[in-house]
Amino acid sequence: MVNPNKNKSLNPLSKINLRTKTLLIIGLTILILVLIVICSFFIDSKEITTNFLIINQPPSFEHLFGTDWLGRDMFTRTIKGLGLSIQIGACASLLSSAIAIVLAFIGSINQKFDTFVAWFVDLFLSIPHILLIILISISLGGGALGVTIGVAFTHWTSLTRVLRAEIKQINTSDFVKLSERFGKSRLWIAKEHILPLVITQIIVGTILIFPHAIMHEASVTFLGFGLSPHEPAIGIILAESMKYLATGNWWLALFPGLALLIIVLLFDIAGENIKKILDPTSAND
Amino acid sequence: MELIGKNISFKYSSSKGYLLKDINVKFSNDKIFGLVGDSGSGKSTLCKILSAYIRNYEGNVTLDDNNLPKKDFCPVQLIYQHPEKVMNPKWKMIKILSESWNVDEDLLSEFGIQNSWMKRFPQELSGGELQRFSVLRALNPMTKFLIADEMTTMLDAITQVQILESVLKIVKDRKMGFLLVSHDMDLVSTICDDIIYLKDINNV
Repeated sequence: MVNPNKNKSLNPLSKINLRTKTLLIIGLTILILVLIVICSFFIDSKEITTNFLIINQPPSFEHLFGTDWLGRDMFTRTIKGLGLSIQIGACASLLSSAIAIVLAFIGSINQKFDTFVAWFVDLFLSIPHILLIILISISLGGGALGVTIGVAFTHWTSLTRVLRAEIKQINTSDFVKLSERFGKSRLWIAKEHILPLVITQIIVGTILIFPHAIMHEASVTFLGFGLSPHEPAIGIILAESMKYLATGNWWLALFPGLALLIIVLLFDIAGENIKKILDPTSAND
Repeated sequence: MELIGKNISFKYSSSKGYLLKDINVKFSNDKIFGLVGDSGSGKSTLCKILSAYIRNYEGNVTLDDNNLPKKDFCPVQLIYQHPEKVMNPKWKMIKILSESWNVDEDLLSEFGIQNSWMKRFPQELSGGELQRFSVLRALNPMTKFLIADEMTTMLDAITQVQILESVLKIVKDRKMGFLLVSHDMDLVSTICDDIIYLKDINNV
């Protein structure tokens, strides 16, 4: 006989069912992300002042991530940078899923539009992401706007493909054909029949664009084509710390880099778990 | 009121030969019609042509000398064999029903639909229960001609009779036309005044 007490003491999570556990994971990840954004709002840029008394200090309890060659606290800079990255990621992924939704629905109007959308997706996929982001970002004058638009205009392709396939399938279903015989317009069918069936894909797709958007924002900034150097972005921090790595200041690159990785992973975990909740059939994939 | 199909020919783009060739049919609302044919003989295809689901056929279909509308409510309505296919899985039954028209309480109870079903999703009802909704939806006041493609195959004998009786009553009250398509010879010969055999009118 199984001793229930023994089981309980081993793993307190074993009593919670999978749904609650999934919701808990989603709640925790989103809480951490929101906290970082809120914290970054309260960090005034003036607080990250240069202090030559404490330059190049390794990590300590006073300065968790150490300090840089100007005596700035790296923890504050990293949080501020992450907040900025998340904001840019949010704008970019919302914008790119808006593009995806519009294009997918335009494609469902008729065969010609559909061919055009498919061609447009292939066109954007045939150019390397990073190259296109740099081109768009430079042509828009760089800065947060340039990076956001650049990332948004390159990340809509995968969601468009998914939505296009889904809408095609729904359009051939019997309930849509019946709706047409009831005299409903194409617009009404798109709004009432198709949208409720693809909303899961849209939400999950948007969240899963997030990590890509943040990564690309950081890498473009790192290469010097993104945000301007006076902004505390993760890409800038990493690019600057490159110069000091050789002198042994390993903490300058390690902690901001790790923090970026963790944020990206958190978004990925949140996205996958939201997918499980909204679309239970995908839970076993 | 007459539903006339003139010289209807149809072939699926994937097949070489015609499935339906030079079919002439004429239905009116003073009789109950039955259509009988073997599996795969094109009964359902003919039904879809008559109710404007399939449009790339040869020949023409008219209802009282008018072509069937492309965009507005189609006065010829088809009831499918599988009701779960014609219902959006994300809609509740009340929305599914009101997509066509607002059905009154009396009619709901006549078809044995309980109020508690209205707040459920299609997956939460049985095939027989769903078919009652499917039938009621097709009985929109604007419907002039009703085609039932194996409508009662999903139902048990008692429900089958109940639903068919209710439908026939409404069809007679509203002077609608009715075409019953079935494999079940007993059912067709009991209900229908005129039985059409597809193999007799199809010239393939």
